[in-house]
Amino acid sequence: MSDNTETGTTPADATGAAGAPPKANEFKRVVRVFFGRTLYVIGFVIVVILILTAIFAPFIATHDPYETNLREKLEQPSSRHWLGTDSVGRDTYSRIIYGTQVSLLIGFSAVFASAVVGMLMGLAAAHFGGIVFALIMRFADALMALPGIILVLLIAGLGGGGIPVVIFALGFGGIAPQCRMMCGLALSVKQNDYVLAGRAMGMSNWRMMLTQIFPNAFPPLMVGITMGIGGVVLGEAGLSFLGIGVMPPVPSWGGMVNDGQRYLLHNPMLSLAPGVAIMLLVFGFNMMGDGIRDAVDPKLRGVI
Amino acid sequence: MTAYIIRRLIIGVIILLLVTMVVFLFVRLMPGDPLLVYMASFDINRQTSISQENYENLLHIWGLDRPIPVQYVDWLGGLLQGDLGKSIKLQEDIGILIAERMPRTAYIGFITFVLGTIGGITAGIVCALRRGTWMDNLITTTANIGMTIPVFWFGILLMYLFAYKLGWLPTSGWTNPFDDFWMSCKQLLMPVGSVIIGSIAGMARLTRSCMLEVMRADYVRTAWAKGLSERVIVVRHQIKNAMIPVVTALGGALGMILGGSVFIETVFAIPGMGLLMTNAVFDQDYQIVQAGVLLFGGIIIFSNLVVDILWGWLDPRIRLA
Repeated sequence: MSDNTETGTTPADATGAAGAPPKANEFKRVVRVFFGRTLYVIGFVIVVILILTAIFAPFIATHDPYETNLREKLEQPSSRHWLGTDSVGRDTYSRIIYGTQVSLLIGFSAVFASAVVGMLMGLAAAHFGGIVFALIMRFADALMALPGIILVLLIAGLGGGGIPVVIFALGFGGIAPQCRMMCGLALSVKQNDYVLAGRAMGMSNWRMMLTQIFPNAFPPLMVGITMGIGGVVLGEAGLSFLGIGVMPPVPSWGGMVNDGQRYLLHNPMLSLAPGVAIMLLVFGFNMMGDGIRDAVDPKLRGVI
Repeated sequence: MTAYIIRRLIIGVIILLLVTMVVFLFVRLMPGDPLLVYMASFDINRQTSISQENYENLLHIWGLDRPIPVQYVDWLGGLLQGDLGKSIKLQEDIGILIAERMPRTAYIGFITFVLGTIGGITAGIVCALRRGTWMDNLITTTANIGMTIPVFWFGILLMYLFAYKLGWLPTSGWTNPFDDFWMSCKQLLMPVGSVIIGSIAGMARLTRSCMLEVMRADYVRTAWAKGLSERVIVVRHQIKNAMIPVVTALGGALGMILGGSVFIETVFAIPGMGLLMTNAVFDQDYQIVQAGVLLFGGIIIFSNLVVDILWGWLDPRIRLA
């Protein structure tokens, strides 16, 4: 009866919306929604530009980011040094350009690491249930009980800083949210009939998790991953600002904000310009995340 | 409801124990050594050299030569008697240190939390009710940018504008509000301002999307059809239901504010818990790190418990389940 009314009232839509199971259409729809709003497109463009900046840094930068020149220290912005120079005469603009590499490297690796570990944990918790579920989720609860930055601060600080330690710390800090999200999604995917069918076919646990549950839970997870990169970049900047993140002389935006703080009256650009770079990057990834969420599943609005 | 609260309380204590255990183990497995940091500072003052004998003596005094599980049980025992231990670096009782510093962090955090929550929820509701207008666009865009601002950077920007350029506010520092209320207010404006922007932005975004979700719900359409007044529909039907996810996010908001204290206390030289923790991490001061983790973790777990209870009160489906 309901079937009849549906096809009866909207004959034109029947081919487009109601009877459209193929994957290709779904992909097109996602792309159309994502690129349909200016804000999401701006985010996407910012991310692309920043990635290109990181790749082509040697061509975009005007100076060597490590080259010190005490005769040109603390110069004001000029045609030679666009944003001035820091206390040892390094070109601020070039250091910001090269800082993109550091931020993106840490952002991508930490999120990738936490996604792999967190998702495997979440999958296992949802799939096996019982004691495995309790152990993994209580562990995640314990990690979530500390403010994110405090946990990361502890690990990075006690680990002694440096890029690998920062990646480890931020990756570790990201495990719990990824694990929780994966677990929640996997639990709902598990209700589907095709999972039951897979079980009836005698699929192994691993095969079931990786070929059935994971791909069907993946689209919403992409939102968490994209947003996570912004969060990690903010975290890295915070650690470097406190002096326990990326170690000098490697150019890091957070560290530059801290260095420039002492010369705020002399040349505020030293401290303020790297902050704008941080915001731009985080804004780009956040908007992309919002866009993917709206395109994949508008119901997730506000949940992730 | 009581059984529910008790069960949640027990789970909370277990999680807190788990947190301290993980951190305890972690802190001791890390390469740094608080005694070396302590002895180094000691040596510069007294001009004596670090001898192996001295070091082992100290190791024994602080009980760090015993197995880690024994140390943990010992620490837990002290905790139950109200003894948080003694800072190796500062040579002071940690209970006293925290009693001195926590009120400052809590004071700033409380102001930020209350103002940020009220401001964010109000902004979100206004946006949803006036969807598509210039006001909605302005607030939403500001909130999207506000989410991306690093706390420390915004603090420095405010300091540059209001302290250095305009000279309206003191650059940094802390004054007890009971000693000089005006001075304290002036000094707090910038630290609170730099953390609150993130809280307001997050809350506003969440409230707005939850409101928009609720406004499309069937029961709201029914309420309109019944001819209820707009005020009743907005307040009783929309806002009350939209608040359910917002309330659950309050625990996270508090965590963000506590995390932000690390930065604002560094930027504005406020001697609170955040600064104490940061310095303790630098000095590898095990005891302070543990106590701080216990305190912050306890606050978050407790506030999550309160959130759960509030949630049950807002949504009978949870309470009765």
